[in-house]
Amino acid sequence: MDRRFVYLDYNATTPLHPEVKAEMIADLELYANASSMHEAGRRARARIEKARSSVARLIGAPDPACVYFTSGGSESNNTVFGTMYDLGRRGRVDEAKSHAGRRQKIITTAIEHPCVLNAARRLADEGFPVVFLGVDAQGRVDFAELERELDPERSRGGPALLVSVMAANNEIGTLEDIPAIARLAKAAGAFVHTDATQAAGKIPIDVESWGVDYLTLSCHKIYGPKGIGALYVRKTAPIEPLIRGGHQEKGVRAGTYNNLGIYGFGKAAELALAELPSYASRVAALRERLRAGIVERIPSVHVNGHPTKVLPNTLNVSFPGAEGEAILLSLDLEGIEVSTGSACASGSLEPSHVLMATGVGPELAHGSIRFSLGRDTTEADIDYVLERLPPIIARLRRMSTVPASLSATT
Amino acid sequence: MSDAFEWLYSDVVKEHFTNPKNVFDPDEKFEADAEGIVGNIKCGDQMMFLLKIENETIKDVRWKTYGCASAIASTSMLSEVIKGLSLREAYGIKPADIARRLGGLPENKIHCSVLGDKALRAAIDSWLEKQGRKGEFKGEDAVVVCTCLNITDKDIEEAVKSGARTWEQLQEATKIGTVCGGCKGRAEELLHEFAHIYGD
Ligand SMILES: Cc1ncc(COP(=O)(O)O)c(C=O)c1O
Ligand code: FES
Repeated sequence: MDRRFVYLDYNATTPLHPEVKAEMIADLELYANASSMHEAGRRARARIEKARSSVARLIGAPDPACVYFTSGGSESNNTVFGTMYDLGRRGRVDEAKSHAGRRQKIITTAIEHPCVLNAARRLADEGFPVVFLGVDAQGRVDFAELERELDPERSRGGPALLVSVMAANNEIGTLEDIPAIARLAKAAGAFVHTDATQAAGKIPIDVESWGVDYLTLSCHKIYGPKGIGALYVRKTAPIEPLIRGGHQEKGVRAGTYNNLGIYGFGKAAELALAELPSYASRVAALRERLRAGIVERIPSVHVNGHPTKVLPNTLNVSFPGAEGEAILLSLDLEGIEVSTGSACASGSLEPSHVLMATGVGPELAHGSIRFSLGRDTTEADIDYVLERLPPIIARLRRMSTVPASLSATT
Repeated sequence: MSDAFEWLYSDVVKEHFTNPKNVFDPDEKFEADAEGIVGNIKCGDQMMFLLKIENETIKDVRWKTYGCASAIASTSMLSEVIKGLSLREAYGIKPADIARRLGGLPENKIHCSVLGDKALRAAIDSWLEKQGRKGEFKGEDAVVVCTCLNITDKDIEEAVKSGARTWEQLQEATKIGTVCGGCKGRAEELLHEFAHIYGD
């Protein structure tokens, strides 16, 4: 096949949906401050509320007032952990009567995005008991460990204040059983947060049946603009501002409204919900075509993550004997854009914390490639990858000191 | 289209990455007089050097690596540079010389490029040892600090001379302590000693 440009890094970020783009271009002229009382301000405000409703619908939230706009996933996650800091530190339990006494224990997982990991580590630095739950070989949270950590009789740190588990992992695509996790956490009196940044637009989300108190969204992963996101906060859950200032977002998030970003988010959320069924089945078929093709054409590969409980667009594969950054850059020269869990690509000495948590070992972690497909991916794109990838792996393996025949095979 | 955007690395790196020189071919009969292997897959890279030696001179060379683009390119360049050099000259080549010839490497990739010259030196050391001349080029008093990567106190001294002041910087420069980590205590002592000697 002729050289082509194949973007397979949709979990990193997505291009604008053409309809989002068209709407945002039309909205570029709307400059009014949505907090102003005059007509233009009220008009801007109405559009923001429309967007809020669209975002609420995407996650099954009956009341749009539970949706707060933020600058993205990182800010939403930090807002939750900041709130826990305030609650745990000052023992402020007014909004949370059930949390009598001073709960401080935070339970999260070893495979969260760095913004959660680092927010949790900061609480640990402040003296909070923080637990990073392990996962099994497919990346699923260890329920026995969760139950033990929720039980003050069987673990340290007292009763839990928060359980935070991502809905879908960005690197390996594994889905966590959020409803079951939330049930256990609520039974133990803890608040429940899920980072649904990667789940949104790829699997159905329903804050009601999931039973979560907080849910994080980021717009740039669902074909909307960057720098805008949201935090869902259940009415009964406390929330403290990370950014203090004006009265925007009921004082929870100060700063003049990012009208354009919010309008784009609203449109992107509306489209993500409408297109979800067709997107999921189409992308899952392409993922399977890629998976089967790789397994068939390349010996000794290891598919990471869960075989079925996985995002429809995410395929993470390790190629023992070939190093990830070398694979990534070789693919890049062919016009194929992916990401890797190799340490060399991050400039650190540590490979992907997610793959290491699944226990695949450094060999497989350093040689891992994440293909994340999207709404623009075609069969021809996949076939092009299946044509260009095998010789790259063969070449790197041929010059490698490490055998391709590591015990791991599919 | 790739011309329109700068690649991550220089054109020279790209050329050596896509067409590396002197890579060991499993089907070729290369009878080596010396072999050196350093690094560990745990840290994400490993390097092997094979040398043909005649009259204290490097006649030919082959190498293999499990490593990233920087490691592949710098070792390819190194393998070209050392052909025809005396063992002593080859032993003295510094990663910085190779990085310069490659048109520079990004700051955080320097440590990926030091493995080639470590493997080369390990190969030469093993050859010297076989000749009953163990440690001849290390200098009389050089002591191996990091046994996993064959890094001596002299290497630490060199790194400090070229600006390393923290453990992280020392690791960037030498890759010391990235395998078993057992050498960290002694290496940090030396780091502080040399930092004291060379200022700051
Ligand atoms: C799981 C997850 N959480 C959070 C984030 C951060 O989102 P943002 O880039 O909007 O801050 C990302 C994106 O990289 C992500 O994949
Ligand atoms: S002695 Fe093992 S890493 Fe240095």
